[in-house]
Parts: sequence; structure tokens; C-alpha cells
Amino acid sequence: MSKVVVVTSGKGGVGKTTSSAAIGTGLALSGFKTVIIDFDIGLRNLDLIMGCERRVVYDFVNVIKGESNLNQSLIKDKRVDNLYVLPASQTRDKDALTKEGVQTVLDNLREMEFDFIICDSPAGIETGAIMALYFADEAIITTNPEVSSVRDSDRILGMLSSKSLRAEQGLEPVREHLLLTRYDPSRVNRGDMLSVEDVEEILAIPLLGVIPESQAVLKASNSGEPVILDDESDAGKAYRDAVDRLLGKEVDFRFLTEEKKGLLSRLFGA
Amino acid sequence: MQTSPDIEFKGTGFTLTVIKLGSNSLDALQNILMDKIAKAPHFFNCAPVVVDVSQADDELDFAQLKEVIEGQDFVPVGVTACRNQQQKDSARSAGLAVMTAGALQSESRPANPPTPAPQSANSATKVVHGHVRSGQQVYADSGDLVIVGSVSNGAEVIADGDIHIYGALRGRAIAGAKGIKQAKIFCQDLQAELVSIAGTYLLNEQMVESLARASVIHIEQDKLVISPLA
Repeated sequence: MSKVVVVTSGKGGVGKTTSSAAIGTGLALSGFKTVIIDFDIGLRNLDLIMGCERRVVYDFVNVIKGESNLNQSLIKDKRVDNLYVLPASQTRDKDALTKEGVQTVLDNLREMEFDFIICDSPAGIETGAIMALYFADEAIITTNPEVSSVRDSDRILGMLSSKSLRAEQGLEPVREHLLLTRYDPSRVNRGDMLSVEDVEEILAIPLLGVIPESQAVLKASNSGEPVILDDESDAGKAYRDAVDRLLGKEVDFRFLTEEKKGLLSRLFGA
Repeated sequence: MQTSPDIEFKGTGFTLTVIKLGSNSLDALQNILMDKIAKAPHFFNCAPVVVDVSQADDELDFAQLKEVIEGQDFVPVGVTACRNQQQKDSARSAGLAVMTAGALQSESRPANPPTPAPQSANSATKVVHGHVRSGQQVYADSGDLVIVGSVSNGAEVIADGDIHIYGALRGRAIAGAKGIKQAKIFCQDLQAELVSIAGTYLLNEQMVESLARASVIHIEQDKLVISPLA
């Protein structure tokens, strides 16, 4: 039984695509057959983060319009087994997505026995974002510890509970998870940044993970390697924890407190 | 000290229809009652009524009043709002009970002359389980609104009656949307962007001293008053 998971936020630039790539890769690493779909038609990014931009022949919109079949359009990851990417179209706009078209693609992916279908949502609350969340079974709400991001996440949570297929048909509601990204404990201590508790109180949904602000994320994006493959980095480890929690394991939260810096590292800024 | 197990004596409240007389004219009363019966023959069948005589003169004939009401198949239980002892005595001698309305009602009645039945405001309470998220709007049409959860920043809850929020109120709450000034807003944690009752409103910056507390908001002399709950 395939699980459709949307990674969404409302606000742009909070780390949806980074998180989709990391969590999708993590699920595949755990042995689950996973596909990540880029719903950001017109602003194709996922293929860059996944490092497969030079292998894109057909895209999501081609499949919807019947110009290619799924097998031609899915890009198999070279590093991780069981991992596929369905890239967005760069030359179209969001109106190319229709509910019927998306449904057909998802049905075909279910027939191909994917365990997880990760939908990387575009920012905003218009057609693209609605299409990405419409068929979701679970939702990962990506949020920065900052008031405007939290408010936009709240808006998206409202849309999940009113505009999704599950809401429309009165089925069991979409399972919601909070993923807090770019978290910086030292700035929280200084009062510049909302704390985990602040965000949890406002959004009132279960916490899936807290990804610390990390140099490794930018480096990973630019090199086309999902950051979860970087075992050394805090961000990579935090994403692994989040994937384990998504799979139902109980994992303690890490990187929530400021690291005590030694004298040497303080002098040399390690 | 003898108690019979078959007979109990205890006080209970009942909902009774009150007929407020505008004058001494019993003919007018008869016409109105006939009109009511014609409109809803089953609804008023043998309905118990209480007559409010505050606007009637001292010469009101209570025996005849009783006859007129009984003639239209209503059951006169008693009279209320007698202005003096003379009225009370004549009512008693006509076999009608002299009743006193509850404190709240006698206070609010004179303040608002013939308003549409206040009961209708409570007839349809809308209950929302879960949070009202940013961008969502909930409206309880002609009734009260109960939110079992929080109301987020950028969300709006509106009711023609009262609003009860069992959680934090961070968005906007608008009670008495159709102008009922008696409407109130209750919440467990007041952090609202705006609260409004019957068009009178307060902004967040005007309620700084009351924030982050369980509160009830109501109108007092055309101003919104925030008081702590409990």
C-alpha cells in the first residue's frame, strides 16, 4: 500500500525541496521503494538538489498529458537503490496540473508498488500547492522558527483540513507532522528565534524533526547530494532521526541545545 | 415528620410564553391570540401563558382577561409585573397566580423593547472540534459558536450569539454579529488580534493588560470590558 506524503509549508525558501530530497533518500536507504515528485512546475529544483538535472528527458507534465509514460520519465537514483525522481517541467506553469492527471499518475505509481510517494510542494496556496497536498495521506509541514513561516504553515494546515481529498470525502484526516528547519539553539537562547516549544504551541501538531542550521545543507544542495547522505553533518543526522520517526520509531531529539564550545574552537571558530 | 414516598415537593423551572399587554383592550388581545392560533394551530394548543400587565391600567378586568385567554384554548397560569397591590389582589381573586420573573429577565426586558425572540439566538449552537487555522473563517448563523481548540492568528470566528473558545484566541472573534449587545466572548487564553461585540471592538494593542489570561469579554455602557474568567 503506497503512502502519499506531501512536503509543504506555504512560505517559500524554508527547505521543502531540501527536506523532500533528504527524507525521500532516507526512506529509500531504509529499504522502501520511494519516488519524489517535483510539483513546482515552472521552477524545477528537485532535480538539482538530487543531482540528476542532466538526466531529465521527460517530466511530470509530459506524463499527465500522455506525451510519455511513467517509466520513461522516472529517473532512477545512481547512489541509492529503490529511489526515483519525477522532475517538474521548467517550460510550463502550474495550470498544467489537473486533479485527474495527478490522480492517474499516482494510481500508476501505486501499481508500480512504490511504498512512499513524496510530493514536493511549491510555495504558496494556489493550484500547485493544492495539487501537491490534495491526495496526501500524510503531510510534513516544513517550518522555520520565525513568525511569518509559522503563520503560513498554519494556513496550509487549514487547507489540509478543508481542501484535501480526505477532508472532502470525510475520511480519516491527513496525518500532520511538524518539521522545524534551520534551527539555531544559540539564537533561540538570545531570543532572536522562536523555540521548538513556541512553534509546537502555535501549530499544535506532533514534531517529526528539528534540523539544525548547518553549512552542510548549502554544500549538499550545490553539489546535488541530498544532505542525509552526509553522515558527518548534524543536519544529515537530524534528517535520519526524522525518517526513523516517520517510520514509527521512537528517537530522542538531538541538536536542541547550544553546544558548549571549547576554548580552541571558540578561538578558531570551528 | 412524615414523608410519603409517592409525593415529592420540589422547585423546577419551566419555559412559559409571556403575553405582554400593551393596553387594557381585551378585544385587541383576543384578535392577536386568534391570529397566532390561525398561524400555528398545533403549536399553541393549550399552551400555558403568563400575562405581563406592566403596561395595563389599574382597571384591568382580570376575570375577563382569563376568559379571553381560555376562550382561545390557552391556559392562563398567572400574571407578572404587577405594578401595585391592587392589581395583585384582583389577579388573585380572579384565580390567577401572581408571579415574579427571574432577576436577569426583569433587568434585560425593559432595556430592549420588542426584540425578535432572544431564544432564537441560542437555537443553533455550532461546535467546531479542532483548531481554526490561519485564513479559515467560521460563522455561527443565528446562534452561539463553540470552538474546542485554538483560533490561530489570521483566523476569524464569528457568531450572532456568544463565542466560547476552549483554547487560545489568537485571531479575531466577532460576537453578536447581528447587533445583539448581550453577546459575550469566552476564551481560555486571550491573545486576540481583535475582539468585537455588536460592532464595538478592541484591538490587540488596546488589551495589553489582559493578554495571556482566561477571559470573558462583554459590553458595559457601550464599551468592551475584559474580565478574568473565574
